[in-house]
Amino acid sequence: MPEKGPLLTPELVQHIASLVQIGLSEAEAEAFVPQLNAILEYFNLLQEVDTTQVLPAFLLSGLRNIFRPDQPELGLTRQAFLSNVPQRQGEYVCVPIVLEE
Amino acid sequence: MDLPYLNISQAQALLRSRQISSLELTQAVLDRIHRLDPVLRAWLTVDEKAALEQARRADERLQRGERLTPLTGIPFGVKDSIITQGMRTTCASRLLENYIPPYQSTAVERLLEAGAVLIGKHNLDEFSMGSSTENSAFFPTRNPWDPQRVPGGSSGGSAVAVAAGQCFFALGGDTGGSIRLPAAFCNVVGLKPTYGRVSRYGLIALASSFDTIGPLTRTVEDAALVLQVIAGPDGRDSTALPDPVPDYRAALDRPVKGLRLGLPREYFVSGMEAGVEAALREAIRRFEALGMEVCEVSLPHTPYALAVYYLILFAEASANLARFDGVRFGVAAEEAQTIADLYLQTRQKGFGAEVKRRILLGAFTLSAGYYDAYYLKAQRVRTLLRQDFERAFEECDVLLTPVSPSVAFRLGEKIADPLAMYLSDIYLVAVNPAGVPALALPCGFADGLPVGMQLIGRHGAESLLFQVGHAYQQVTEWHHMYPPL
Repeated sequence: MPEKGPLLTPELVQHIASLVQIGLSEAEAEAFVPQLNAILEYFNLLQEVDTTQVLPAFLLSGLRNIFRPDQPELGLTRQAFLSNVPQRQGEYVCVPIVLEE
Repeated sequence: MDLPYLNISQAQALLRSRQISSLELTQAVLDRIHRLDPVLRAWLTVDEKAALEQARRADERLQRGERLTPLTGIPFGVKDSIITQGMRTTCASRLLENYIPPYQSTAVERLLEAGAVLIGKHNLDEFSMGSSTENSAFFPTRNPWDPQRVPGGSSGGSAVAVAAGQCFFALGGDTGGSIRLPAAFCNVVGLKPTYGRVSRYGLIALASSFDTIGPLTRTVEDAALVLQVIAGPDGRDSTALPDPVPDYRAALDRPVKGLRLGLPREYFVSGMEAGVEAALREAIRRFEALGMEVCEVSLPHTPYALAVYYLILFAEASANLARFDGVRFGVAAEEAQTIADLYLQTRQKGFGAEVKRRILLGAFTLSAGYYDAYYLKAQRVRTLLRQDFERAFEECDVLLTPVSPSVAFRLGEKIADPLAMYLSDIYLVAVNPAGVPALALPCGFADGLPVGMQLIGRHGAESLLFQVGHAYQQVTEWHHMYPPL
């Protein structure tokens, strides 16, 4: 169970941001801390509900996967797939260096 | 004859009898857009040329009497979170500012196939995250009843366009009230269908277990006509319900006498503005006069709905928005030297503050050490929310609640306090975790601003919601009140 009081610090917010691949300025991280902590504190409301005998909803959705017939059909052309690529050379997608030397 | 405010069946009758053409209808709404949108700003994209060409083709269909549907020749707009092939789709985000989808969403495909005329795309809160349309990365949309006030959100542009006679109907998206809140604030009808009733193929995902596409219209009958076309199974969405689509129009004129209307006591507590409560009480008396039986019911876990909703939404959104990385589409950061920098900078520049807050909270509440206390706990309480609705529907046929505790608020009033903004949706969010359908419709005015009510039904009960809503609109005039423009 989460402790009472503020959970997030600017450093922790920066750490989470790096995990979700979002660059954050120091000013942004500072501004987010009180806002995010207020929301997290509000969520503590749920701790008063007794759920010891309750299954999580995703186990009870009742939804069954639905399959369509596996038939070949025309899809998008390569040109259509590539039409929104920001950086491309011919039919290749360009990205900056992935592995360093 | 006031063309832009005809309802769909009136317009269709005039089209069939050749008294007007689709070209005239389309030109009439385009003229309204030119005249009104410099102030209201409901539209992100308008494609006049394509719209007029579609209208010409619809007129040919009408002339030949070929493949006619109730929507042939009727102009519509689409929330910009729904993909339109060949037409810019931004989700009101800088990151997708130049995105031209190479494929078509199922709902739009079905409307175009029916001969409806696509005018353009509506403003929203970025990635549908917000309740006021102020989170659009481009500009806020204004309420046609008072331009100093918000239209509600996130489908704010769609509600404004329908209310202002800039289109005959719109497609919106509802993840936790995004169709119903703006419908109420702008005096139009909005339907959040049962989860899975309308294919989500081509809806840019926010929270995949809550997301729905539904119509915004000026009458309940119009909502039934639009749902008829867009509902039904789809091989491209494995969560689209396989059940056959009933004839919604056939349900409209069934008598409502003897049906049981449940008032959840947890929704009629303090906190509602006096004018909103007065309008609701008057609506309840109308239903009694129509012969419905009114009873009190309980949805005991209501106080926890907002926390359940946002916890699950943050988690699902943080996963769904991982795909926006600037590699295959989107506005990519140009100076990045490494792939890691490309991701970091693209997402830093491309996402607005609310999107970042939600992704951060989603990642945090899913992380080891917090997952059980936040995400798993929310999924357990979600089960209780769902059971609340199942029990309530053993005692009544339809639930009636407010849409919002207040009328439309002022621009800027809540934007600095995210939690205050979340509380705007307090009456709306419970139905999405439960998956049940809900209809928002006009029921009066307070201080000159529209008040909406919400009818909630059991899974798949859209017909019943239309029946009850239509019966109400036969004995009231609220839906015929148009903003002073």
